[in-house]
Amino acid sequence: MSRALSRQQHLDLYYYMQLNRQLEDRMVRLFRQNKIVGGLYSSLGQEAISVGTAYALEPRDWLAPMIRNIGALLVKGFKPRDIFTQHMAKYTSPTRGKDGTSHFGDLKVRHTVSPISMLGDLIPVMTGVAMAGRYLGQNIVTMTWIGDGGSSTGAFHEGLNFAATQRAALVLILENNQWAYSTPVTRQVPLKNLADRAAAYGIHSAIVDGNDVVAVYAAAKEAVDRCRAGNGPVLIEAKTMRMKGHAQHDPAEYVPKEMFDYWKARDPIPRYEKYLTENKIWDSAKKAEIDARIERELDADQKFAEESPLPPPELAEEGAYCEGCHKIEADWKRPKEEVMPPKSSIQPEWTVPKLGGLDADFIAKAEIPGAKEVAAGNDRASSAAPAAAAKGPAKPEGKSESVPKEDVASAPPLRVPFGRGPKDKAFERERKERTERGRGKRRKR
Amino acid sequence: MAAITMLEGIRQALFEEMDRDPAVVTLGEDIGVYGGAFKVSEGLLARFGPERVIDTPISETAIVGAACGMSYLGLRPVAEMQFIDFIACCFNQVTNFVAKSHYRWGAPVPMVLRGPSGGGVHGGPFHSANPEMYFVHTPGLKVIYPSTVYDAKGLLKSAIRDNNPVLFFEHKFLYRRVKEEIPAGDFTVPIGKAAVRREGRDMTILSYAAMAHTALEAAERLAKEGIDAEVIDLRTLLPLDRETILSSLKKTNKLLIVHEDTRTGGIAGEIAAIVCEGAFEDLDGPIMRVTAPDTPVPYSPPLEERFLPNAEKVVAAARELAKY
Repeated sequence: MSRALSRQQHLDLYYYMQLNRQLEDRMVRLFRQNKIVGGLYSSLGQEAISVGTAYALEPRDWLAPMIRNIGALLVKGFKPRDIFTQHMAKYTSPTRGKDGTSHFGDLKVRHTVSPISMLGDLIPVMTGVAMAGRYLGQNIVTMTWIGDGGSSTGAFHEGLNFAATQRAALVLILENNQWAYSTPVTRQVPLKNLADRAAAYGIHSAIVDGNDVVAVYAAAKEAVDRCRAGNGPVLIEAKTMRMKGHAQHDPAEYVPKEMFDYWKARDPIPRYEKYLTENKIWDSAKKAEIDARIERELDADQKFAEESPLPPPELAEEGAYCEGCHKIEADWKRPKEEVMPPKSSIQPEWTVPKLGGLDADFIAKAEIPGAKEVAAGNDRASSAAPAAAAKGPAKPEGKSESVPKEDVASAPPLRVPFGRGPKDKAFERERKERTERGRGKRRKR
Repeated sequence: MAAITMLEGIRQALFEEMDRDPAVVTLGEDIGVYGGAFKVSEGLLARFGPERVIDTPISETAIVGAACGMSYLGLRPVAEMQFIDFIACCFNQVTNFVAKSHYRWGAPVPMVLRGPSGGGVHGGPFHSANPEMYFVHTPGLKVIYPSTVYDAKGLLKSAIRDNNPVLFFEHKFLYRRVKEEIPAGDFTVPIGKAAVRREGRDMTILSYAAMAHTALEAAERLAKEGIDAEVIDLRTLLPLDRETILSSLKKTNKLLIVHEDTRTGGIAGEIAAIVCEGAFEDLDGPIMRVTAPDTPVPYSPPLEERFLPNAEKVVAAARELAKY
């Protein structure tokens, strides 16, 4: 039994994982009955990641799910009816039918940002949420997820690099489920461990068995704590397996049978049930009680969703803009005076080491004249950047192996054989004449 | 009161809005210590500090994404594209994340994305573009492209206070070339309202940004030839001020549209459709347009001069239109 978790918390993890699975199981049936309007993406076998990570967040914290993170939404307080109605495109859904699947959120209570289908874009957005949270003094942590496939997007790298430079309180869960649609991870990323990507941004990372909910929770909790303490972003790679195709239409025939067998034996839910029993956290009566509760809740919410109306067609033309429907107000948890002049005012200079980011090993090997002397004081940050630059890093002089000076001097000046530039005297003269004739002149006011 | 440049007007808007509201923050490449590639944000960092004036890596997607995330917590970020051409790098964030946010899930994004745009300074194909129409075609955004110092300042303030994502194009040719005395104190210019710059009877010349000045110059010349042109500066491209366009046309019955953007898919086509739908009976001649050709913006001065519309081209087109 994990000492980090109380008995009730252990039971919560089971409740959310089982709720996640049973909810999706019902949606598969609804899909086959043509009651799901669009695609249906399964998180079968990945429930421990969604639930274990989101469970490490506090209510004030923010998250942004991906398509296979229904469990995270449930932990954050959304109800099965939100998921049912979203997939069934009902008027009662959080987006009133304007978007489907897990593409919804809640700015005010559940602090959840809606994803878009383009992968990676949530990373810079959640970096911004973390920056704003820090600015407002809210002491929040943000969390989002990405897959092995999505980790190759530009937005992933731009976002993680920016988060790292800002030391943003961002926990990024990289769910390595081995497949990006039909392409195996080995064909996407030339790395054994995708967590290694963290090294490129100088941030902390961890690797965890994504089918062990207690391990996932422990890794996430540590990451959340690190972030909240101001230590910058954390990347967690959770290794797991996508047990279905990309979506319902995809039978995933490209997956080796052995792979499914291996991971089926490591299904996170039976595994956790065994753990709860062995550690005497529950008994069969407790399990039956939780399972019955889940059935009850799903029955009610599925009924609600099926009986809900579709949206009225005219809704299609509404809501592209906020026309006063929202009151936008930041929740300040620090005095505003701190970010207003005169308190906010500073001397606008960079604080950089005299040789910038060059590391000592490089300087030692480079044999640049004078560099070692400067490097000796390199750790002493110089705040007066321009002045330091003037007397600081000695320009490399002489001893150059590149083109000798004379060659450059004696070479004929480069001349573009056609066209004329603004420094061309003939061109200038002509243009002046034309301007005086009043052609091509812009009105000045 | 001394006349100030458009650049100074924009800077004043940033200073005044940041002084007024601590929720206003700025971020972009080289905007802090350096003061921005054009020095628009010079002095901001000294006054408001690094929490509110954020120098970013060269990551347009991160800039726009982070600004969007900040706005979800009630901040009003003003993000800068060093040159507006670079907005292509974050097209997805702007058009899919930011623009659709309110429609999809009711999350307003009160951010401004501003940057220098337009040609005439020999910037070449990647520092001279007018990419406004990609975004005019994107529901959920507002698009502003001012031509005067007063409008630039007043519209930027309106943009910062707006609850929607606003793209604010700043014509770099005008940055230091237009000067104007503007009133002291706080004022705003409403988004979505065109301005009649010159009243006339014979035809309407519609334009915006640098070409609004070109249109006025052409109108003065046409006046000497006995053609009395009305000149309208659109100022906001999305939403378009249909009323001002149609009411002017009902008076003049002829329409010439001038834009620096390229021809196909430029706003002239959209305006022509609006006029055909709303004032077809009032038209006494074909709707004509003077635009840049369908090419990238070339670098070399004679090429760029050929590329850009100018007063002479506008006068020539107006003379043709006047014959009807």
